[in-house]
Amino acid sequence: MSLAETKTERVEGWNRAPVIAPDGEGELLEVAMGPHHPSTHGVFRMDVTLDGERVIWLKPVFGYLHRNHEKIAEGASYLASMPYTDRLDYFCSLTNNWAYALAVEKLVGQEVPERAEYIRVILAELTRVQNHASSIGFLIQEMGASGTPLMYAFKEREKILDLFESLTGSRMMCNYMRFGGCRVDVSAAWLDATRKVVAGLPQFVDEFEALLSTNEILMARCQGVGVLRPDLAVNAGVSGPMLRASGVNYDIRKVDHYGIYDRFKFRVPLGDHGDIYDRYMVRVLEMRESIKILEQALPGLPAGPIMDAKAKIRGFRPKPGEAYGRIEAPKGELGFYLISDGGPNPYRYRVRPPSLINLTILEDMCLGHNVADVVLIFGSVDIVLGEVDR
Amino acid sequence: MAETARNFFGSYVSKDRLTTVEYPEKRIPTVENARVFPFLVYDGPEWEAGLRCVACQICEKECPPKCIYIDKSKDKKPDFVGKPQFYPARFDIDISVCMSCQICVEVCPFEAIKMDTQFELATDDRFAGLLLDRHELAKSNEYYRSIHPTEAGEVDARLNEEKVKAEAKAKAAAEAAAAKAAAATKPAEPAEGGD
Amino acid sequence: MEEIKAAIEAAVPGAGVELVLNPSVSAQHSLRIAPGRAVAVAMFLRDDPELAFDFLSNVTGVDWPDKEITEKVKVTHQVAKTIDGVEQTVDETVEEVRKHVEPGCLEAVFHLYSVAKKHGPLVLRMRTVNRTDQVELPSLTQVWRSAEFQEREVFDLYGIVFTGHPDLRRILMWDGFKDHPMRKDYVEPDDFEYEPTPHDEVLKRAQERRDKEQAAPAGTTRPPVAPAGNEGTREQRPVAE
Repeated sequence: MSLAETKTERVEGWNRAPVIAPDGEGELLEVAMGPHHPSTHGVFRMDVTLDGERVIWLKPVFGYLHRNHEKIAEGASYLASMPYTDRLDYFCSLTNNWAYALAVEKLVGQEVPERAEYIRVILAELTRVQNHASSIGFLIQEMGASGTPLMYAFKEREKILDLFESLTGSRMMCNYMRFGGCRVDVSAAWLDATRKVVAGLPQFVDEFEALLSTNEILMARCQGVGVLRPDLAVNAGVSGPMLRASGVNYDIRKVDHYGIYDRFKFRVPLGDHGDIYDRYMVRVLEMRESIKILEQALPGLPAGPIMDAKAKIRGFRPKPGEAYGRIEAPKGELGFYLISDGGPNPYRYRVRPPSLINLTILEDMCLGHNVADVVLIFGSVDIVLGEVDR
Repeated sequence: MAETARNFFGSYVSKDRLTTVEYPEKRIPTVENARVFPFLVYDGPEWEAGLRCVACQICEKECPPKCIYIDKSKDKKPDFVGKPQFYPARFDIDISVCMSCQICVEVCPFEAIKMDTQFELATDDRFAGLLLDRHELAKSNEYYRSIHPTEAGEVDARLNEEKVKAEAKAKAAAEAAAAKAAAATKPAEPAEGGD
Repeated sequence: MEEIKAAIEAAVPGAGVELVLNPSVSAQHSLRIAPGRAVAVAMFLRDDPELAFDFLSNVTGVDWPDKEITEKVKVTHQVAKTIDGVEQTVDETVEEVRKHVEPGCLEAVFHLYSVAKKHGPLVLRMRTVNRTDQVELPSLTQVWRSAEFQEREVFDLYGIVFTGHPDLRRILMWDGFKDHPMRKDYVEPDDFEYEPTPHDEVLKRAQERRDKEQAAPAGTTRPPVAPAGNEGTREQRPVAE
C-alpha cells in the first residue's frame, strides 16, 4: 500500500501533522499494536504504518472499554453515579469522586466544611503520589526492565491503598466523597498510620531517583524522544504533567483555587524540552511537591463536622441549570459538565477525560520515530482506558 | 544490590519484609472497614423473627446497578422488640451485579443491611449460585459485632437509645392514660357521696 | 460576559450571538452562536490578545428531543342552526384541543479557557436545525486541535456531522454501528447478551427471542442460548411466606 492510497484527507492549518514521505524502497508495513498488548495500558489499539522501523502514520483506536457511563448516569440519581465515577480512572478513584462532587457542589452552591476539605486534599495528594509512582513504574517496565522497578513502585502504592481500605472500605473503588463533604470521618489511628506512610515517602522518592534518573538506558531512550511543542500542546487541549513538561505553567490547583490549596505552599515543576525524560522528571518532582502538601495538611487538620448539615443524601433534586467543575487530577484536567432539569437524575452528564484528550497529539509526537519509541511515548502520556472510553 | 540483599536476608529476620502469605492455609486478616457484599442483620436467636428489615425498599431504589429485589409482605409481624412491622417476603441480592458501593447501607433507616467481609463466594452455578436469597443473607448481630466491632458498637448504642426513648414514651403515655382514667372516675364519687 | 459578546459582534460582523443565562448557582452563562460564522468567531476568540482563549477544554453534545405541546384553544365557529324554525348562522364557541410538535435539535457545547491569561470558562453553544436530516455544524478542529477526538465522539454518540473535520469516523462504537447511543430515543438492542441472566427484562426479552427463533427455521449460526433448566430464575423459586 502506498501513501497515496491512505484513507483520509488532511486539512491545512493547525491539525496537520507533518507528512513524512517514505524513502521509496520496499513496501510499507501496517501493524496493529493492540488491543491485546502488554504495553498498551489497557485495551487500546494503534494502527501504525511503518517504513522499515520508522512510523509514518499512526491512528489510535479505542472504544473497547466503552460502557456508556454517561447514559447510565442519565438513568441513575446523582448519588448513584458516584460509585461509577470510581471506575473511570480506576487508579485514582478519589480524585474522580472529588471532581464529581465539586461539579455538583458548583451546581447547587453547596458549601463544604473545613475538615472535609483538608481530608479531601490529603486523599487527593496520596492518590497523586501513588499514581505517579505506578506511572513511572509502568514506563520503566515498557523500557524493558521487566517487572522489578514496577513492583518497587507498587510497594509504596500498596501502603497507600491499605490506608484507603482502612478509611473507605475498599482499596480502589473508594466511593468516599459526597456532595457537601466526605462519607466517614478519619480516626486518630488512621492519621497515625498516614503520618507513618508519609514519613517514609521522601526516602522512597530519593531511592527511586537514585536508581533511575541518571540511568544510561533511560536517558538514551527518553531524552529528545516524543518532543511536544508548548503551543501545540495548549492548542491540542493537553493538560496535566504532559503540559507542564512542555514548559507551560498551568496547574489547575493554582489557577482555579478550588478546595483549600491556597493555604499550602507548593511549587509547580516545569520541563524544558517536552520529551519523555521531562515528563518523567515532572512526575517525580510532583511527587515531592505532593509530599510537601501532605506534610503541611496533616498537622493542620481541624476538628469539626465532615459533612454539611444541610446537605441531602436522598431526594436530591438540584434546580435547573448547568455547571462545569474541574480539578487537577493526576492525569490532567478532569472535568464534569452537568445539566440539570430539576429532576432526580441529571439531564446531561459529561466527563471530560484527560487521557482521551492527551491522546489527540499522540500521532504528532510519534511520527518519524521508531516503533520501540512509540511504546515509550505512549507510556509517557499516562492514560487509563477506563477514562478514555468511559 | 544492597537493596536486594537487605530484602532477601531481612526476610528471615523481620516480619515486614516477608511479604508472601501462604494462602489458603494462612490468610491476611481483613481490615475492619472492608466491604464486600451486603448482608441482613437479625437480632436474637431466630433469623426470620428477628430480621430488622421492614421492606421499606429504600435500598432497592437507591442501589446504582439495581441488584436488590424486594417483595413486601402483606401482613405485619412483630419484630424483635415487639412492634408489628412489615417484613420482606423476598429479599434477593444478585452478587454478580453488586458493585459493593455501600449505598444501601448508607440509606437504610433501620440499620438492617450491613456490609460483610467474606469474598470467597465462588460457585460454578453462574445464575442461581450468585443470587442470594434472604435466608443466605440473614446473619446475626453477634456476627456483625465480630466482623465490624466499632461500627456494631455504635449501631447497638443508637438502637438502644431509640428503644429506651420508645419505652419512656410508652410509659409516659401509659401514665397519662391512667391519670385520665382516674380523673374520669373521680367526679362520680362525690356525686355518689352527695346522694 | 456582555463585553465578550460585544467584542465578538464588533469583530465578526454577522455572527449571531445571544446570551443564554444559566439559572443555577454556578452562574456559568453561555453564548449561543450561529453556525454560519462560528469558525470566524472561534478564531477571533483564540487570536484576540485580550481574550486569548487558546485552550478548548471540553466539547459536549446535548440532545433536546421534540416536544409535543397540547393546548386548549377557544375557537369560534360559524354554525348553521335551526332556531324556532328559522335557519340562521350563529357563532358558537367551542374548546378545541390542539397539539403541535416543537422540533428538537442537537446542541454542541464548548468550554474555553485561557492558559495565557488564566481566565475562563467561556461557554459557547451551537444548535443544529433539527434532529433528523439537518444535523450539520462547522468543525472547530482547525481552530483548536483538541476538538478532533471530541467532535468525533459527539458525532459517534449523537449524530452531529461536523463539516470540515479531517477524519470524521466513529470513535467509541465500532465502525459498522448504526444508531447514535446517547440520544434520548435510543433503543438498546436486546441481542447483545450472550446468555440470559436472572434479571427480569433481559431474561424476558431473551426468552421471547429464543422462542421466536425456535419457531423460525434454523438459519443463524449464533450459538444456542442456554437451556431453561440451567437458569435459576426467580420465578421458579417458591416465595417464602
